[in-house]
Amino acid sequence: MDDNKIRVLIAKPGLDGHDRGAKVVARALRDAGMEVIYTGLRQTPEMIAEAALQEDVDVIGLSILSGAHMALVPRVLELLRGNKQEHVQVFIGGIIPDEDIPRLLEMGVSGVYGPGTLTDDIIRDIRENTRRQREQT
Amino acid sequence: MNLVAEILSGNRLALARLLTKIENDSPEGVSTLDALFPYTGKAYLIGVTGAPGTGKSSLVNQLALHFRKTPGKEASPRVAVVAVDPSSPFSGGAILGDRIRMRDLSGDPDVFIRSMASRGVLGGIAQATASVVQALDAAGYGLILIETVGAGQAEVDIARLAHTTLVVEAPGMGDDIQAIKAGILEIADILVINKADRPGIENTETALRNMLQLGHPLPRDLRHHGKWVDQPVEADKAEIPNVWLPPIVRTVATEGKGIPELAEKIYMHKQYLHTSGEWETREQTRLETELINHLKSGLLSHWRNSITDQLYQDVLEKVYDRKLSPRQAVTLFLESEYD
Repeated sequence: MDDNKIRVLIAKPGLDGHDRGAKVVARALRDAGMEVIYTGLRQTPEMIAEAALQEDVDVIGLSILSGAHMALVPRVLELLRGNKQEHVQVFIGGIIPDEDIPRLLEMGVSGVYGPGTLTDDIIRDIRENTRRQREQT
Repeated sequence: MNLVAEILSGNRLALARLLTKIENDSPEGVSTLDALFPYTGKAYLIGVTGAPGTGKSSLVNQLALHFRKTPGKEASPRVAVVAVDPSSPFSGGAILGDRIRMRDLSGDPDVFIRSMASRGVLGGIAQATASVVQALDAAGYGLILIETVGAGQAEVDIARLAHTTLVVEAPGMGDDIQAIKAGILEIADILVINKADRPGIENTETALRNMLQLGHPLPRDLRHHGKWVDQPVEADKAEIPNVWLPPIVRTVATEGKGIPELAEKIYMHKQYLHTSGEWETREQTRLETELINHLKSGLLSHWRNSITDQLYQDVLEKVYDRKLSPRQAVTLFLESEYD
């Protein structure tokens, strides 16, 4: 079962236009053998949830540098639950203040990766979480 | 409810999961697809191919929007998009970026977009693309746009899958010799010159038009001053022709220019396929090809199960030692089966 490709959606919700980080992560995941659906800038939570549904992804990576994460992330998680996709792991990258990280993890976010994170760490976490997820189903 | 019933009742999550199972070639995917087969054969399949960066995704976006908003001569169809991007030959990973250009389609519950990685297949579409299209067909998507990998010269598999194939060019992509080479231009039912606001559009159109005329000689008139003049290309006329000559359509997909004209040509081609009987022929050829492919892999595994590993290894060793050619080995195998 684990031969199956891990499918990841990398999306940038909100209005900031800095997508270099998202592209670095997308490329690293590609080089780790994953299939990465890249949706580009300025996605609404609705667009992200719709894409996650149609693409049947295992993982969503959200890159947020605008400071709107406490509004955007809960909305994405809520929409995923509404679509019966609560099994999808959601990780966050970008500029997230330390004090918000525990609250995000509590909401169900699988990881928060700020500047300086090694892409290998993200890859390891995704693989580990996906393996566990697939064993359950 | 089982998966088949879920798909037929329009459950989009079930459909998305089935597509994953089909891509992964799982037993459940295969059996569900078989159960759905009687519900297939209704969708109109449009292939969109062309070199990387010619604007295929933007064009697919605009066409899907157009077909959703302007039903025209038929009821507004539910539209599915299957967009294929290449897998890395080294890591097996892929960046699937076609959705970036299709954000206008977001929010329409009757549009379903699925990105696929080519997973090592070189024909421009993935192994499972035909099966994914079948599942979308059964799920009631009446119009399916299939976007290939950015294609070079020989990625022609799409023509065997789609009813109508659009080949997308852009100005400045090569001279008239490129245009008469065999391969991708031959499979075009409609030629699209996208980015038609760019310089060099006249040269590109002339090269393509000349290519078409070499392939389909036109009636010529001797005019006064002793000059031969080509008759205009028939397919540019408004009525549905008896012989299909690929029309050339100019578009600027990012601005939506030329899209209604392109949609009109697509509609004409569909009519042509029906009136000429080619629709039936294409469908039957496609189904027979699919049957033969399954027969090949079925016979291979059936045969492999019928002989001992020992015999197989012995013969393989003889091939390694160059005592038997691979062809002689096959003859030996096939004879030994009936011993």
